[in-house]
Amino acid sequence: MKAMREIDTKEIEERVYLMARRAGLSLTDSCRHALECAKARETGAAEFALSALLANEETARREKMPVCQDTGMSVVLIELGQDVHLTGKPLKEAVDEGVRRAYEDGRFRKSICDPLTRANTGDNTPAHLHVELCEGDKVSITYLPKGFGSENMSKLYMLTPAEGREGIIKSIVETVKTAGSRPCPPVYVGVGIGGCFDSCAFLAKKALTREVGSRNPRADVAAIEEEALARINELNIGPQGFGGKTTAIGVSCELAPTHIAGLPVAVNIQCHCVRCEKETI
Amino acid sequence: MRHITLPMTDEERASLRAGESVLLTGTIYTARDCAHRRIFELLDAGKELPFPLASSYIYYAGPCPAPEGKACGSCGPTTSARMNSFAPRLLDLGLQGMIGKGEMSEDVRAAIKRNRAVYFAAIGGAGATYGNAVKTCACVAFPDLLSEAVYRMDVENFPLVVATDAEGRSIYDR
Repeated sequence: MKAMREIDTKEIEERVYLMARRAGLSLTDSCRHALECAKARETGAAEFALSALLANEETARREKMPVCQDTGMSVVLIELGQDVHLTGKPLKEAVDEGVRRAYEDGRFRKSICDPLTRANTGDNTPAHLHVELCEGDKVSITYLPKGFGSENMSKLYMLTPAEGREGIIKSIVETVKTAGSRPCPPVYVGVGIGGCFDSCAFLAKKALTREVGSRNPRADVAAIEEEALARINELNIGPQGFGGKTTAIGVSCELAPTHIAGLPVAVNIQCHCVRCEKETI
Repeated sequence: MRHITLPMTDEERASLRAGESVLLTGTIYTARDCAHRRIFELLDAGKELPFPLASSYIYYAGPCPAPEGKACGSCGPTTSARMNSFAPRLLDLGLQGMIGKGEMSEDVRAAIKRNRAVYFAAIGGAGATYGNAVKTCACVAFPDLLSEAVYRMDVENFPLVVATDAEGRSIYDR
């Protein structure tokens, strides 16, 4: 029998802590690059907005202040190798403890509350933890602090198979159009295609952990990403809704097999402040 | 770029044009979803508000806690549209303007026009820039709401764009 690799969840807590601290203070390289390219294309108020955002990130790094005050709901995706034996405190507790400490020490905003009473939990927990088992003896962690101005504009469609490719693209464009100036455009659009009601939404979230500008390896899916992006950028919503050529900086689609009767499409909107960290233990 | 200092005269406010970029200096009050609900409960009960509405400006924002040596943490705008149902009544009670991000409703536009008020768009996502421009920050109401409480802030050179002017023109119109 293959030996199990032991990993103390304290190590996962530490990684989550450090990743959360870092993520709050800077954009991903691919996001920054996309904003720089967009700035070169724009004029007027749109250019003013993009310049302000790039200058803001420099300020955030220099002053060690969160790049955006919405330091988000902590989305933590863990790919857990099945040859790993976790020891120490339960994984969920370890992840929440990492988040709790990071938000306190980093002076991040605590944004998690009871949905009815609206009472704040006071420490940004619980994190949204998703664990997937995989081959091997490693633990891969993705940390995505998700702001809600954009999350609020996300949508799930249960299309019919007849609506097909065009229906998928229409749903993506319609979601961005309806969101308009509200989610802090230019947006990054994560799309789930297939699966079922809940797994489709999760695919959309996972798509947002990909680099901005990356393409799905399947050519037909990459073509949907490109066409949807081009049509979104014809909407003239522009940076901050001030009009312009850049309404989105990217569209990423993730797929899963679905039922013969359906075609679920989930569109998860991310603002231009893409913060994401990945590490493997 | 044009500099604006609060309080503004009626003439100065009327001279602002949608689409114009400005740097704003003065005293503003933060309030977002929960604070607005509390403000409305006080108004409905005929009670006094913890800050003056007349001639004031509300910033739709919930700041990060202040790091050591600073008045305020990151503090960019939140989505204004969630306050669509609140803004008209406050404008009719004398609020002179709002600062937030994104388009607001036709009802809000009408109330802005009716009251010769103004709605400024801050750059959503530029939290560190705005946080740094806050010179003093004091909680004046609802401290249990944490970042959603009402804070009185003295701000210096807030970069803003006039989103809806006193004539009801909007930068979001196409």
